Amino acid sequence: MAEIRNYTINFGPQHPSAHGVLRLVLELDGEVVERADPHIGLLHRGTEKLAETRTWVQSVPYMDRLDYVSMMCNEHAYCMSIERLLGLEVPLRAQYIRVLFDEITRVLNHLLAVGTHALDIGAMTMVLYTFREREDLMDAYEAVSGARMHAAYYRPGGVYRDLPDRMPQYEVSKWKSAKTVKELNENRQGSLLDFLEDFTQRFPKYVDEYETLLTDNRIWKQRTVGIGVVTPEKALALGFSGVMLRGSGIEWDLRKKQPYEVYDQVDFDVPVGVEGDCYDRYLCRIEEMRQSNRIMKQCIDWLRKNPGPVISSNHKVAPPSRERMKGNMEELIHHFKLFTEGMHVPPGEVYAAVEHPKGEFGVYAVSDGANKPYRLKLRSPGFAHLSAMDEMSRGHMIADVVAIIGTMDIVFGDVDR
Amino acid sequence: MSEKLERLSQVLAEKLGERAKSLVLASGELTLLVSARDYSSVALLLRDDPDLRFEQLVDLTGLDYSSYAGQEQPGRFAVAVHLLSVSKNVRLRLRVFADDESFPMLDSVCDVWPSANWFEREAFDLFGIVFPNHPDLRRILTDYGFVGYPFRKDFPVSGYVEMRYDQELGRVVYQPVSIEPRENTPRIVRDENYGNVGNG
Repeated sequence: MAEIRNYTINFGPQHPSAHGVLRLVLELDGEVVERADPHIGLLHRGTEKLAETRTWVQSVPYMDRLDYVSMMCNEHAYCMSIERLLGLEVPLRAQYIRVLFDEITRVLNHLLAVGTHALDIGAMTMVLYTFREREDLMDAYEAVSGARMHAAYYRPGGVYRDLPDRMPQYEVSKWKSAKTVKELNENRQGSLLDFLEDFTQRFPKYVDEYETLLTDNRIWKQRTVGIGVVTPEKALALGFSGVMLRGSGIEWDLRKKQPYEVYDQVDFDVPVGVEGDCYDRYLCRIEEMRQSNRIMKQCIDWLRKNPGPVISSNHKVAPPSRERMKGNMEELIHHFKLFTEGMHVPPGEVYAAVEHPKGEFGVYAVSDGANKPYRLKLRSPGFAHLSAMDEMSRGHMIADVVAIIGTMDIVFGDVDR
Repeated sequence: MSEKLERLSQVLAEKLGERAKSLVLASGELTLLVSARDYSSVALLLRDDPDLRFEQLVDLTGLDYSSYAGQEQPGRFAVAVHLLSVSKNVRLRLRVFADDESFPMLDSVCDVWPSANWFEREAFDLFGIVFPNHPDLRRILTDYGFVGYPFRKDFPVSGYVEMRYDQELGRVVYQPVSIEPRENTPRIVRDENYGNVGNG
């Protein structure tokens, strides 16, 4: 009889399905996974330590670089932690803008998650479709902040500036003819809100398209149904949150249960899975995109009707307008102090959590009254999810490991921090 | 929310008695301080007691209070655990200080909440807090063979060694860091009402 022994193989760190730099040491018995040991930290940048050496506002752009597919949600949690320490009220319009952009971010994230998950397990077309819509939403990012990804748009006390009245236009170039440019610019003639409204009307049809491609697809179902099943009790014990928890049938959404900003004013449903497998989590993500679309519509309506300030008028926290800064001595001092020394946050500690597209993203900030955080701990959902890799993949075939990584929606900026 | 927390605070004070060294309600959050000796028994009670039922450990982090300018703390190294009760929709922060500053050691809560596993590895990796009954206490975020605990306050931001590829040796070598640490904005703690938003 042939000698049978376990194999140990290295999956990654450079593997197209590892969603970044994941080194996974897999112990195999034939094709069955006996043990999975993720080695992380290849993208560790020490964000938390760096934040200790920067003023409070200087760390906002670092937050974009944590989970680099849902930038604004990271900023949101960070700004919320500062606002809670300061006891600062955010203007209502800014809260609506934040909710609008949180939902845009959620759609962006789920589009990438579903698209790449399908790509990983063999459905190449999906990613081409989902990236088409991501393009529109990133244009919305660009219109408000000037950056397509790392926006740094949310600031303690509100958002950096109001929504623009004009969308950036495509221009004729070597690669784009006048005719193409005209077509591309057709829905960009009005303000950002017009553009987004047009998007929310188109989007449900796009989601139907994704569903035609995947939901009843035999191969997709063979690869996801019954794979990576997590019971509700296990999901709680393993520290799951977001879709990973809801996929297992636990109705838990911070937007509903511990509402922040204006989530208690908008109307939406929370989809919940039944089986707790990869397929249910996929269905949850699809439905969440539809719900996000609903929230976006409501925010757009409200924002059209209610103009107002978008950042706190407290100039110890938020800078004064350029105009007032140049005409008023006190404002000039505020401006100078804010941009050299930064704001001072009273001593204390706070844990602010948001319903990030991937799960619960929390910021635990400890302040000792200085202009810099004393300690900043970023609780990333991906870290908790990846720690369950061994639990989830044990007993599955090696090809299912890829499906499980995909369903966890891992992003390494977020796991390694 | 704060009513709920006040009620929780009373329940905790009742159930824990002497074991609750302090219960602080601040910024809408409840913080429970226990001693290292009682840590694991309190953790078990928090999870299993029908009035508490903190089923989920959301976050666990190490803390180094060695240069803290605020209120004086009872030790240098601490662990802060953020707990969530999904059934009761309430959060709690549990803090415990390690007794020995030169060799901080705390019980592991992995067997109470399995999600603590990686969080404790992280606290060990970055702060050097040792959890003796942890099933698999290895470094997690830093490089293989890393020396030191980078998130301690006495560890410089630029670290001690840097890595480069050596053309002659044909491999990667480590050498002492050549960059000068630079601080653009100094760290300043102003007197009490300086940053007070109410004064703005």
